[in-house]
Amino acid sequence: MSVLDSGHGTAKPEADAGPRVRSGRRCTGAFRSAKEARRYWMLLAALVALGIIASLGLLLYNNPVPVDSPSFIPVVKRRLTAVVSMFIAALCHSFATVAFQSVTSNRIITPSLLGYEALYSVINTSTLYFFGATVFVRFIGTGSFLLQMALMIAVSLILYGWLLTGKYGNLHLMLLVGIIIGTGLNSVSGFMRRLLAPSEFDLLQSRLIGSVTNAKPEYFPIAIPIVAAAVFLLYAFSRKLNVLALGKDAATTFGVKYQASILYALVLVAVLMSVSTSLIGPLTFFGFLVAMLSYQAAQTYDHRYVFPMAFAIGYAILTGAYFILYHMLNSATVVSVVIELIGGILFLTVLLRKRSL
Amino acid sequence: MTVTGNATAEAGIASQPPLSARNKIWTAPFIAAVLAVIALGVVSLFTGVYDIWGREDGWDMFFITRVPRTLALMLTGAAMAMTGFIMQLMSQNKMVEPTTIGTTEWAGLGLLAVYLLVPGPTLVMRMAGAILFSFVGTMVFFLFLRRVRLRSSLIVPIIGLMLGSVISALSTFMALFFRMSQVVENWFIGSFAPVQAGRYEFLWVIVIIAVLVFLYANKLTLAGLGEDVATALGVNYNRLILFANALVAAAVGIVAAVIGNIPFLGLIVPNLVSMVRGDDLRSNLPWVCVTGMGTIMLCDIISRVIIMPFEVPVSLILGTLGAVVFILILLRQRKMRRL
Repeated sequence: MSVLDSGHGTAKPEADAGPRVRSGRRCTGAFRSAKEARRYWMLLAALVALGIIASLGLLLYNNPVPVDSPSFIPVVKRRLTAVVSMFIAALCHSFATVAFQSVTSNRIITPSLLGYEALYSVINTSTLYFFGATVFVRFIGTGSFLLQMALMIAVSLILYGWLLTGKYGNLHLMLLVGIIIGTGLNSVSGFMRRLLAPSEFDLLQSRLIGSVTNAKPEYFPIAIPIVAAAVFLLYAFSRKLNVLALGKDAATTFGVKYQASILYALVLVAVLMSVSTSLIGPLTFFGFLVAMLSYQAAQTYDHRYVFPMAFAIGYAILTGAYFILYHMLNSATVVSVVIELIGGILFLTVLLRKRSL
Repeated sequence: MTVTGNATAEAGIASQPPLSARNKIWTAPFIAAVLAVIALGVVSLFTGVYDIWGREDGWDMFFITRVPRTLALMLTGAAMAMTGFIMQLMSQNKMVEPTTIGTTEWAGLGLLAVYLLVPGPTLVMRMAGAILFSFVGTMVFFLFLRRVRLRSSLIVPIIGLMLGSVISALSTFMALFFRMSQVVENWFIGSFAPVQAGRYEFLWVIVIIAVLVFLYANKLTLAGLGEDVATALGVNYNRLILFANALVAAAVGIVAAVIGNIPFLGLIVPNLVSMVRGDDLRSNLPWVCVTGMGTIMLCDIISRVIIMPFEVPVSLILGTLGAVVFILILLRQRKMRRL
């Protein structure tokens, strides 16, 4: 592949990555030209339309009861749960990943690496292991949802506070320690799972396999305000993120309090990731896929424009994939696996084309 | 962790030993370490539920399962520790090993591919698949390392772990698609429980690999100085990298096919050895092998004793302990400002 690339040589390997020096009018806007701005808005509109069509399709298509029957609305309501959870998942992953990549000035890592899934499975497994099946069955509903989220956020805060602040603060070290803690926790929960009775194991298994389709609607009143607040705060933080994405030295030169700012952004990322994980379970490469596509689509570095684009893409992908796989191919179970696979392959190609990290 | 106290003092001396002592392997501490490993081996031989003294066929059982298991442990421990050591040398990065750059996941993918292509494959076929795929995987990563300019040495394991999860996502997808999840699930938990006479003999190939590594130790050390220095000193760098990767892939592939996934051993053992002894690479090699054997036997004994009539897969113990030790190593390096 690399031979082919160098053969076509000068094509434009990184041309769309950096701002070009243009003759004529000088501007400091988010887009390089009016044409690109137009392209952005058209793409955004198209993606939003796609998302709306797919969600309408998910809600209404192939409804087993006729429209005039009284049970039509309940069916739609049940399907609405899945669509709402897709909305939340897309919002969480797109905002969290874009912000995380900017804060770390690295476009090929995702916040899912930090071991939220592992923590989720440890929390559930240890509840069952230490308190037994009766407590575990009652460990459900809004209370446990809040508790899980609080635990995940607390652990992230401890991790950040410990490794990111002070004299030895080092972002990469924090990431690596996070990943390793994740693998270690996986081993711990695997260890505890080995010691469970088969009947208890069955109870646990159903809880650990998360999916968009079995999110609980009673979590929404808590999840939606939290996500909305975090998303709003991140969006309001866009201009700082623009500077933080330039790296530590540049950001400090521009007068941003580096450590405080990344800590703030990472806390918001942790909130979003833990809501998403406790709601629908793990999705490792979905955020990566979304962020990568949205940088390509948005053609700008300004987070005020990248965020909405990322969300529109994420939502269109999730709803579209569910609609196609569920109604056309009749296999809803593999949706997350397919998304993960495509994201993973994209990751590999991006990785092998990178020149510096 | 008692060693850490005098580690720095020792490291200062050990990294520049007098010329005469450089190639001396059988020093008093090393003999003590070998004796400790032999003692662990004896403990491992006599750990188990089956009563070998009382029962009539006790000694048959001893030679059918206990002896093979202990030998398999020693061979696997040496192999995994050595692969980690070689990979760290080649990549000039202390945090590279089969788990952190995805080699094990590639081996798993290879196993799965063999299961898909051949119904009911033999052990040789499975091994061939695992070796081939781990070779490809290791080469992919080294290719990536050579092309990319890195800002921090910590990026390498981060990218490697992500690469590993991509590959395991691929395996999961294939497994789900072809209804083979159980194979993947079973493989990812490495355990020595099924080891018995007739099922582990391929691990002896590791001895050949170990001999090759010892023969080429000097050249590998040169390659560890980087492409420019190695070439200037008359080493064919590219060929040596290929050769080293082939050795690594062979060891990882064999262990993957026979035992399963053994996480973190290749990382913690070489790091602990170089913490105590400094970076005298040549004389560290036997230490790495012996420490690897000792560590895995200790973990295996724990895994057999902890819920006595039953046992836990050793990879879970290693995964937990390994993560803790890895983090301790990272933090220690942070304090020493080496990052």
